[in-house]
Amino acid sequence: MRRYSLTRLLKEAASGHQGWGRQWRAPEPKKEYDVIIVGGGGHGLATAYYLASVHGVTNVAVLEKGWIGGGNTGRNTTIVRSNYLFDESAALYNHAVNLWEGLSQELNYNVMFSQRGVLMLAHNHHDVISFKRHVYANRLNGVDNEWLSPEECKEYCPPLSISPDIRYPVLGGALQRRGGTARHDAVAWGYARGADARGVDIIQNCEVTGLKRHPDGSVAGVETTRGTIGAKRIGVVAAGNTGVVMGRFGLRMPVESVPLQALVSEPVKPVFPCVVMSNAVHAYISQSDKGELVIGAGTDQYVSYSQQGGIQIINHTLDAICELFPQFTRMRMLRSWGGIVDVTPDRSPIIGKTPIEGLFVNCGWGTGGFKATPGSGHVFAHTLATGEPHEINAPYSLDRFRTGRLIDEAAAAAVAH
Amino acid sequence: MLLIRCPYCGERPEVEFHCGGEAHIARPETPTETSDADWAGFLYYRTNPRGVHAERWVHNHGCGRWFNALRDTVSDRFVTTYEMGTPRPEAGSDVTRA
Ligand SMILES: Cc1cc2nc3c(=O)[nH]c(=O)nc-3n(C[C@H](O)[C@H](O)[C@H](O)COP(=O)(O)OP(=O)(O)OC[C@H]3O[C@@H](n4cnc5c(N)ncnc54)[C@H](O)[C@@H]3O)c2cc1C
Ligand SMILES: [Zn+2]
Repeated sequence: MRRYSLTRLLKEAASGHQGWGRQWRAPEPKKEYDVIIVGGGGHGLATAYYLASVHGVTNVAVLEKGWIGGGNTGRNTTIVRSNYLFDESAALYNHAVNLWEGLSQELNYNVMFSQRGVLMLAHNHHDVISFKRHVYANRLNGVDNEWLSPEECKEYCPPLSISPDIRYPVLGGALQRRGGTARHDAVAWGYARGADARGVDIIQNCEVTGLKRHPDGSVAGVETTRGTIGAKRIGVVAAGNTGVVMGRFGLRMPVESVPLQALVSEPVKPVFPCVVMSNAVHAYISQSDKGELVIGAGTDQYVSYSQQGGIQIINHTLDAICELFPQFTRMRMLRSWGGIVDVTPDRSPIIGKTPIEGLFVNCGWGTGGFKATPGSGHVFAHTLATGEPHEINAPYSLDRFRTGRLIDEAAAAAVAH
Repeated sequence: MLLIRCPYCGERPEVEFHCGGEAHIARPETPTETSDADWAGFLYYRTNPRGVHAERWVHNHGCGRWFNALRDTVSDRFVTTYEMGTPRPEAGSDVTRA
């Protein structure tokens, strides 16, 4: 891998930028791999990267039906935080935040991780009690999270209206200073470049259509639109299409796929210093380094693969944004889009084994998996390399829906996260 | 926003309705003899198809009645609606998706 550095930049500048080269190859699929990853989003690419960098497993292919990062990775609002309620969640998401903090250096790729703080607003008595409980639970788990009064919220985020006259007045907020945003495409590209440099084949325009199995039932490989490819182990990391892929493999899953939307405004000068989330009125907002306000809306109520959602969902979010940030009422919105997110009954992911020997799955990240990308890839690589879960992802088994040991962040957060 | 034909009131905007999820999921009839795996199937496992989906809707800001519908989850187009308690109709078999 040609490293990016100041010397390199100066050299390239002197020679007319002709020598940068491609960031990863476009290889033909080999006949067989030790590990095949189905899905070239951030999670799949991170898994491949850590398989190679941590476990020395380099005979790996990432098969992507479209282009890498073209799924939810490139469609999300990039909020990163780890202030989840349950011990299992705190361990998983904080593992990711720890990795985020060194990621640009590790990958030699600027993922623009910006710890500008994530402020979650409380608008009613229930929110206040629930958020304070989160703050205390987080502290016990070594996760930073602090309670702010309405005035302190205003100081941290000046555009915020803390007027007592609005329909859902701000009664306070929980602030995670280590939270923030990152550049979504760069995360996919950085992991792809790092994995490729270590020998991983990234194969785009290659849709997985079926599973090949040995007579004893274990996996033998996958059928794809570019032919049959052998594999000793397979990891499915297909987000909203997990149910479709697993269905082709003959397995039903405890997930449903629904649209989730986001939108951005015209770019303006820096006006918004942090990330603000409001579960009660359903809005989350930050400002990208390009200057656009990045706004996340809610999910639609029905199963869909349309990659677009209802206008009423966006309007509902914009109502809340205008109420909380009156200065944005005359801002123009530029684009809106949808992604298809795979939602589990307890709103926690599934990372581990499946009933088929050699087949593993990492899915169910739903509306909130971008923040976990490095941690998810790291523990799933461990699972694929050793055949057993890492201690952090052990509780996230598919089997929990049979045993009843749910990790019920759905009840804890009650909304998209 | 979807345009939904309530079998009792006719076409109305989606905001008048609530979706009740996948249809035809029957609660186990002998709970004490049902295995944990079958309970999990009833409670949590869903078809989640890319194609025609049988689902329940209620016209809660209209007549208040429940009905079933077949809808293509790729185009979001409703294929047909039918009464609760009746079996899934053949309609929609012309919509083919993997
Ligand atoms: C609008 C929106 C806003 C969001 N905001 C946030 C946020 O602020 N913070 C946060 O943490 N999370 C957020 N999320 C959630 C987050 O985007 C996802 O949880 C995360 O990106 C999932 O990562 P992934 O790599 O698994 O998915 P993806 O990037 O979707 O990757 C899956 C890949 O699998 C490929 N694939 C599917 N089927 C096949 C097949 N048969 N063969 C080969 N390849 C296949 C797809 O093409 C896709 O590229 C948001 C999501 C959306 C849609
Ligand atoms: Zn009606």
